[in-house]
Amino acid sequence: MTDATYQGGGNGSSLVASDARTKRRNASEARFRIYGLAAIGAGIFFLVVLLTAIVSNGIGAFQQTFIEVPVYLDPAKLDKQGNRNVDDIKKVSTFGYTPLIQAALWQQVQNEGIATDYTKAGDMKALISASAAAQVRDWVIAHPDRIGDTVDFKILAASRVDGYLKDRVSRESIAEDKNIDAGHLDLTDALREAGIVHKGFNTDFIFGSDASESRAEQAGLGVSMLGSLFMMLVVLLLALPIGVAASIYLEEFAAKNWFTDFIEVNISNLAAVPSIVFGILGLAVFIQFAHLPQSAPLVGGLVLTLMTLPTIIISTRASLKAVPPSIRDAALGVGASKMQATFHHVLPLAMPGILTGTIIGLAQALGETAPLLLIGMVGYIATNYPDGVVAGFMSPNSAMPAQIYEWAKRADPAYYERAWGGIIILLVFLLAMNVIAIILRRKFERRW
Amino acid sequence: MQSVKLAASALAIAAVSASAAAARDNVQVAGSSTVLPYASIVAEAFGENFDFPTPVVESGGSSAGLKRFCEGVGENTIDIANASRAIREKEIKACADAGVTDIIEVRIGYDGIVFASQKDGPAFTAFEPADLYNALAPKVLVNGEIVDNPYTKWSEFNADLPDVEIAAFIPGTKHGTREVFEEKVLAVGCEITGAMEAMVASGMSEDDAEDACIAVRTDGKSVDIDGDYTETLARIDSNPNGVGVFGLAFYENNTDKLKVATMSGIAPSTASIASGEYPVSRPLFFYIKKAHIGVIPGLKEYAEFFVSDEIAGPDGPLANYGLVSDPELSETQGMVADETPMGSNM
Repeated sequence: MTDATYQGGGNGSSLVASDARTKRRNASEARFRIYGLAAIGAGIFFLVVLLTAIVSNGIGAFQQTFIEVPVYLDPAKLDKQGNRNVDDIKKVSTFGYTPLIQAALWQQVQNEGIATDYTKAGDMKALISASAAAQVRDWVIAHPDRIGDTVDFKILAASRVDGYLKDRVSRESIAEDKNIDAGHLDLTDALREAGIVHKGFNTDFIFGSDASESRAEQAGLGVSMLGSLFMMLVVLLLALPIGVAASIYLEEFAAKNWFTDFIEVNISNLAAVPSIVFGILGLAVFIQFAHLPQSAPLVGGLVLTLMTLPTIIISTRASLKAVPPSIRDAALGVGASKMQATFHHVLPLAMPGILTGTIIGLAQALGETAPLLLIGMVGYIATNYPDGVVAGFMSPNSAMPAQIYEWAKRADPAYYERAWGGIIILLVFLLAMNVIAIILRRKFERRW
Repeated sequence: MQSVKLAASALAIAAVSASAAAARDNVQVAGSSTVLPYASIVAEAFGENFDFPTPVVESGGSSAGLKRFCEGVGENTIDIANASRAIREKEIKACADAGVTDIIEVRIGYDGIVFASQKDGPAFTAFEPADLYNALAPKVLVNGEIVDNPYTKWSEFNADLPDVEIAAFIPGTKHGTREVFEEKVLAVGCEITGAMEAMVASGMSEDDAEDACIAVRTDGKSVDIDGDYTETLARIDSNPNGVGVFGLAFYENNTDKLKVATMSGIAPSTASIASGEYPVSRPLFFYIKKAHIGVIPGLKEYAEFFVSDEIAGPDGPLANYGLVSDPELSETQGMVADETPMGSNM
């Protein structure tokens, strides 16, 4: 190469003073930078707005209002036979427990000397969550010998009371509400002073199960989280081996002809198919034809596997392609068989890319709701913890995004807050998965 | 070797799925999204008080639920369909074709349909059934003649209503609620205003006139909401003049955002609906496959628990949530106890 030196002069252009054409080019570049900055700025602005909205709306769901109350377990009501036989005790339904709890809180109100216009224990109904009766009943069935004692319980406050402590409910907003009156809110203030009503961290929101419309305060995401977990297991165990095997064959072994081209085009097209289509397919094939149970995470996982497969195949093929041919040639050159070259040399080098693709595919599947609508995983479903691994796959369950969708539809505004809270948890999961993908890539990636 | 392990796990999954078709031990319910809240309250209490697992309740609409109900008999079909309207003849036929013959119809109570507007907006306290017809029908009676609906404001046909643009958000045609709205509001308004009579007089057949009565104008003054009440609420929230159609229970949970409209001077409440003073209400049902009773554990117990006095009675949790309890509940209880299928007493 020779060093070229610009001589200047010639047509009158100067290096120091830029001519009109250069100015125009520079100006257009500056403009382009501004557009770019504006685009990034707009992106960041919307991200901040979105995150602020999610956090400010949802953070309340992680706090819950509790009532500490000693409940007298009246033997005359709970064990009429007097023999402490669990089967007899079970005959008393939750409706038999409700008056005891109301009486206990009313007693507390009187003990504290709180002035109120209410005159009877039944007026306490508006403060107490309907879940309290079931909580006490379960405890009594587990400890039948304690009937007759006075036991301290930490029960949930009703969703309106909870909303009042979180500033969602005010005296104006409940003016027309038939579930609660202003007097109840005065009472709540007094009980809060006395330390009987207090707000605390809500572990049940993260680990609990869904609740019915009338008990927003009790609803949690835990069981649907398990549903999502079991679905992801199915997706991982099926999509990863099938996807990787398919890509290795297509990339390393298959002849390049019209048939493999046809398959390739189809895989790319499948990746773009709307997920609801896989839901319809799942309903027809897995439930109506194969008679798998409805609402089961197994079926959800199978449907999401179909959806995730193309993503995994495409990313696996890309990372196999990225392994330099020299590695294959060297392996084959020292006498390795094609299979040895692939499994001993190419696949380990492609692994970080494959894992990243798989995790991104899983994250996408984790956030998917539409196909679950059709296979019965949306509704009032996730109420019992599955007992055991098989039940985890087979017994009806929901999934995190489906649960959030369900909550967003419910009438009680307390569910709205929980839907946002659910989004926070879902985002934490997605973020964690993406971080794992980045770490894996950083740690194992090799460059040539 | 890794791939061998993965293949083994895949086989394990397949083995699990092979044993899948084993007995189902939970009651499976699907259907109306209006009935869903009530069904979920019952299912929850059922799970707490009995040793059976909590029933699974899916939503999706009355028609979708009844369609799945009529797919056949067997463990991979649902046991109960919730519906916000009575089952139709052709659905009974579809059921019979698929082998679902003995169906037990259970009426759980009544649901009020209310009109509500934004809390801070103008008050709609002078609704008469005729007003909604005048506001929403494509053709109305003006000075004895049927003309294209000329009204753009409520006050144009009822001076007591606010002087604001008509903006109504009504349930879409896939909702069972729409049918009630057509039948109890539009058709009644059509009769009252005399439009029905005028249409027949102008040479329309009775059937055509009935269809014309329940049509809704398409010039944007009335918007069909295909989503849930939460979507209607969002529309009302952003439109101070909007009037939306809600279920009574939904309104009662959102009294801080909504102002209820009275109908003929009567405000909707469980009491005024039970007494019949408030005109717009409809019965809610669920349908049981008799063939599944005794096969699916807990099915009959769930149905009996649902209609028991402590659940569906006037002081039960359902009434508390907004259901208008059925005065003839004890007959329904007897019917469920005897497993009387539809049509056996007619």
